[in-house]
Amino acid sequence: MIPASFDYVRPTSVDEAVQALVEGGDDAKLLAGGQSFIPVLRLRMGDPSLVVDLGGIPELRGVREEGDQIVVGAMTTHHEVTRDDLLAQHVALIQEATKTVADPQVRHRGTLGGALAHADPAGDLAAPTLALDAELVVVGQNGERRVPAAEFFEDYFTTAIGPGEILTAIRFPKYTGWGARYEKFNRVAQAWSIVAVAATVKVEGGSITDARIGLTNMAGTPVRARGVETALVGQTMSEETVRAAAQAAAEGTSPTSDADAGSDYREHLARVLTGRAVLAAAG
Amino acid sequence: MARIRTTVDGLVYEDDVEPRMLLVQYLRERLGKTGTVIGCDTSNCGACTVHLDGLSVKSCSVLAVQANGSEVLTVEGLERDGQLHPVQQAFHDNHALQCGYCTPGMIMQSIDLLGDNPDPSEHEVREGIEGNLCRCTGYQNIVRAVQDAAQKMKPGAHASTSSSAAQPVAGGGA
Repeated sequence: MIPASFDYVRPTSVDEAVQALVEGGDDAKLLAGGQSFIPVLRLRMGDPSLVVDLGGIPELRGVREEGDQIVVGAMTTHHEVTRDDLLAQHVALIQEATKTVADPQVRHRGTLGGALAHADPAGDLAAPTLALDAELVVVGQNGERRVPAAEFFEDYFTTAIGPGEILTAIRFPKYTGWGARYEKFNRVAQAWSIVAVAATVKVEGGSITDARIGLTNMAGTPVRARGVETALVGQTMSEETVRAAAQAAAEGTSPTSDADAGSDYREHLARVLTGRAVLAAAG
Repeated sequence: MARIRTTVDGLVYEDDVEPRMLLVQYLRERLGKTGTVIGCDTSNCGACTVHLDGLSVKSCSVLAVQANGSEVLTVEGLERDGQLHPVQQAFHDNHALQCGYCTPGMIMQSIDLLGDNPDPSEHEVREGIEGNLCRCTGYQNIVRAVQDAAQKMKPGAHASTSSSAAQPVAGGGA
């Protein structure tokens, strides 16, 4: 199907984009990589009066090091994320998760910022972003603010980005030397996650000294498996201790029941996949 | 209306398009490049895959205005001097199609894959084309064709794409 008519602008700076978005009012929408948004337009699930294309703003693209953080421009594509050396060295978890997003064509166009702003509960990048304690940089007419990932994801497809605001960058602390694994359970190639687990752990002298775990599709927002993190820290690394700690993975979650899986099965998956993810990350 | 200027299969085009026009519609309806097909309405099938500035994309999920200033390569731009591209030839040689509808997208994605990984394992081929559906489920020969093309495209392998060269060239080549 063909999208309904809309006006289109392609600003070349963030300031111009904010201006266009504010002037466009409630019916203006931002276009990032378009791999979720253009299908939404095609299916006529949305009919904005104005589309503000962020594709012409160089400052929104690329990965850089700033002190103890790695800063990823919101319009950096999944393809670029998977090949970036800084991320490989310091934020391996986001790279591992990004490799599993959709398919190569979608990864060539889709962006980290677009995926996080879309906030699909089955999307693969919110859970690692939460687990990694990233900060999300949001710019509006009143300047810039930084939102911790724990406050960014509010509900299904709902984030802390306000009217007239644009997500411009994601700032990750460095996890240099940590192991990482994104364990995804889905039915077929390019399908959405039924459940997935993002785990990154620090192992020193055979013991787990730190752990971060985020769950995909176990609620309307990504969920942090804090019970597992606490249970892991200080433990001697073994399959037994990891599997035992992973039993806490479904605590505090509220998974949905749908055609793919019932909520009790999702809870089971969260426990099993957490064990697998931590073992792989530590290995 | 927005004015766009693109290079498609080596020729420069300038057109006024509605912002809502999809790249695949532009290619088919304005430029007559019907070799690129529309397979689904859900971004799933990959039949409409083309290269945009050297990277494979699903042209149903790109607006024509987003391609302004860019270079597009479709399946119709692969042939050189009457010679099929080695991947096209390999699809022909290995009978890598049943109904043929997914073929343009499969070929474009396979070329992208081989650009990235010139000697993919069977598993890597399957992962590389995971965004392309063959509704006839004829994947076996598609995967064979991609691996066959990889052998033929190796530096030192015979550049000839004629079907008489169906045997992979063994090792030796520099």
